[in-house]
Amino acid sequence: MNFSRFMKAGASPALDSSRRSFLKITAGGTAGLMLGVSFTATSASAQSAATDSAMELNAFVSITPDNVVKVQIKHLEMGQGVYTGLATCVAEELDADWSQVVCEHAPANTAKYANLLMGQQGTGGSTAMANSFMQMRQAGAAARAMLVSAAAAQWQVPARDIQVSNGVLSHGNHTATFGELAVAAAQLAAPDVSALTLKAPAEFRLIGQDNTLRKDVGKHNGTAIYTQDIKLPGMLTAVVAHSPRFGGKVKSFDASAALARKGVQHVFAIDSGIAVLANDYWSATKARELLKIEWDDATAETRSSSDILLQYRELVDTTGTVAESHGSAQATLAQSDDVHELVFEYPYLAHAQMEPMNCVAQVNGDSAEMWYGCQSATGDQAAIAGLLGIAPQRVSINTLFAGGGFGRRANPASDYVLETVRIARQVPGTPVKLVWSREDDMQAGYYRPAYVHKLSASLDGHGKPAAIQIRVAGQSIMAGTSMAAMMITNGIDNSSVEGLTEFSYEVPERQVELHSPVNGVPVQWWRSVGHTHTAFSKEVFIDALARKAGVDPVAYRLDLLKNNPRETAVLKLAAEKAGWGTTTLPAGWGRGVAVHTSFGSTVAEIVDVSVQGNTFKVERVVAAIDCGIAVNPNIVRAQVESAIAYGLSAALADEVTLTDGNVDQTNFHTYRVLRMNAMPSVETHIVASTNPPSGVGEPGTPPIAPAVANALAAITGRTLTRLPLKLA
Amino acid sequence: MAYLLTINGQSHEVDVEGDMPLLWVVRDHLNLTGTKFGCGLAQCGACTVHIDGVATRTCVLSVADSVGKNITTIEGLTSPQARAVQQAWVELQVPQCGYCQSGQVMSATALLENNSNPSDADIDAAMSGNICRCGTYPRIKAGIKMAAVQFKNAAGATS
Repeated sequence: MNFSRFMKAGASPALDSSRRSFLKITAGGTAGLMLGVSFTATSASAQSAATDSAMELNAFVSITPDNVVKVQIKHLEMGQGVYTGLATCVAEELDADWSQVVCEHAPANTAKYANLLMGQQGTGGSTAMANSFMQMRQAGAAARAMLVSAAAAQWQVPARDIQVSNGVLSHGNHTATFGELAVAAAQLAAPDVSALTLKAPAEFRLIGQDNTLRKDVGKHNGTAIYTQDIKLPGMLTAVVAHSPRFGGKVKSFDASAALARKGVQHVFAIDSGIAVLANDYWSATKARELLKIEWDDATAETRSSSDILLQYRELVDTTGTVAESHGSAQATLAQSDDVHELVFEYPYLAHAQMEPMNCVAQVNGDSAEMWYGCQSATGDQAAIAGLLGIAPQRVSINTLFAGGGFGRRANPASDYVLETVRIARQVPGTPVKLVWSREDDMQAGYYRPAYVHKLSASLDGHGKPAAIQIRVAGQSIMAGTSMAAMMITNGIDNSSVEGLTEFSYEVPERQVELHSPVNGVPVQWWRSVGHTHTAFSKEVFIDALARKAGVDPVAYRLDLLKNNPRETAVLKLAAEKAGWGTTTLPAGWGRGVAVHTSFGSTVAEIVDVSVQGNTFKVERVVAAIDCGIAVNPNIVRAQVESAIAYGLSAALADEVTLTDGNVDQTNFHTYRVLRMNAMPSVETHIVASTNPPSGVGEPGTPPIAPAVANALAAITGRTLTRLPLKLA
Repeated sequence: MAYLLTINGQSHEVDVEGDMPLLWVVRDHLNLTGTKFGCGLAQCGACTVHIDGVATRTCVLSVADSVGKNITTIEGLTSPQARAVQQAWVELQVPQCGYCQSGQVMSATALLENNSNPSDADIDAAMSGNICRCGTYPRIKAGIKMAAVQFKNAAGATS
């Protein structure tokens, strides 16, 4: 999901721990935001917590008598490290021992667990830490205060004289563990948030530490449980035969052969195709092959992706809706006899997360229970409730680890979730696990949209851009979704142009225009959303202008970033660490740079490539990131490595194409993602900062593709403007 | 039809069709869910187990062809090389989403069991069949090297 607009607006909760600043943040949003900071244990949740003997001190913290601190994690753990990061903030202010902390995914409960930057419960836009940093610390501090009050009452000593360290409270000869005080503390009223004193950064002992072990455990020995691993009594496994073309409908089908197969229990039509339910996956998938289905393509998308891109190429030659305008760029360009122009082309991209989409549902009369890697609890819960005609509170969601997401699991239409419920409602009382094969997953759409950009600039007498015109053509991600009202203004889907609007380089006259054609290919956010393409155009274009001007690409950028101290600092750090201009590369190697700000954070990447004939290898990446306070520097580095690998995969090979409406790619032999033999070494440097934490999961992705293209340009002299990058 | 399998040192009789891939036998019928489904086409390595010590993709290996073999899944890893790999995985915080990591650990362990001091090229060759979309490749490589050193030191200490 994309919430960079919030991040850009500087709405991330401030580090200043005073009540005033905290209220300033929350008061800016909806009522839901205020509810989100309520820490009081409700009777219902206290009851459910009691069943496992944990004493709930507030919505996020409960403590068991045997001294385990349980932290409710309101965001989906999909590898980005939210379990560890959010628990670190709680444990910091609670003064818990890190080894006594365990994490659980919070249930679906918007009032308690809303994302404070979204006003709904959900994970996306690299906001998990940004919106939780203060809230989790306050939750930890509130629980600490209750434990201290309980100890003060028990020991008859002033609360202010009680010490808390590594999960133990002490005063004079008295000591007690959290577990020993949990029952007494849970009887107390939650303290007023305004009465809490949070630590100053100098007092942090967990935040900023490199060696805190991750809390999403069991991933090295196969014991971590994902949706794919769920097995419930009487559960059936479902597969669905989908239309080969987007928008195709079932005209007729013959299930007799499928039904005759051993292990098959049901075959029936649902909105999205024909569902086959069997005792196990293999039986279901083999039976699916026996279905005879006639599809009705009357409303299906039947064009090829090449037709779509051709249409976009024509669109960028025409005036679009103006997204941003400074000065009169068009007039200046018209008067110039030296206009530099590049047209960029971007393919559709599949997320191709390792765990193909899946979901478990059980529908019982007027309630539903779900088990899956839920990324947008509020949206999915409402969609399920709407489908079943029940109240959202009647839909309970058990959130599990997700085997990657990269945006896919926060589907704006809750596509795979509703498909599961549509099947499960046909067999009330029976749990159903929907499993998509890799082919189902890759061909189901909800791709990063294809785009064409056209950038035109005229240079001043010093070789610097005087005017720049940018035209973008591609499908709107937000149109028709619940995010439309927030993200689309005056016909401009901000996610189509973010990163090109608010152009980071100083150019006196600028105009950004957008065409948002509609077609039948479902599209969705993909790790770093609009920045996946806008950063490439911006950084490759600037690099090309630097070469035109005969100026070093880093020096050229720094000159245009004079009023952007943050990008300047990050770029300088990366350049220094990479040895930009000071080290000599082996023969046949090229070095390129890109810098980009997204989701509140700035990342610069410097790439070394080796070229042999028409092939090349990315050898080394040096990255620098400013993400505010790095709550867990090791996870920040891991996310930069991950974001680089994900972006590099798209830079080198990822591409979804359609022929006459049929998706050409089916599996990893045709959608050729990055493997270890193509992975460069990655070195990440974190800018020391006292600013509040900003995004980490996504901002490392945008700079990698342009940095590679710029490195190739440096050694080959060729500016590549189409992704994936090919020299031949 | 009934098939007798030897998995993690134990005998299991399963009554399934002979073309059912071993992956779905261990996952759906024996509840050993550490071995993951990723592609069904031997393209991603998430389903890797050891068959007579060799890292093998089980999504394309039929149960009929698995009879009489010594099958080890992630749940049954006990070799000192495996322990070194898993220790390194935790210490270097290799996993992110973790879904591919059972397969990565199986491939890495098989590599170290055959080559106690793998080079970068050896690691690339042994591990490039295992996809990780989180891009944990640099840490996997570092983890294998750390495990190699730890295994060598442990072996030296006990010899």
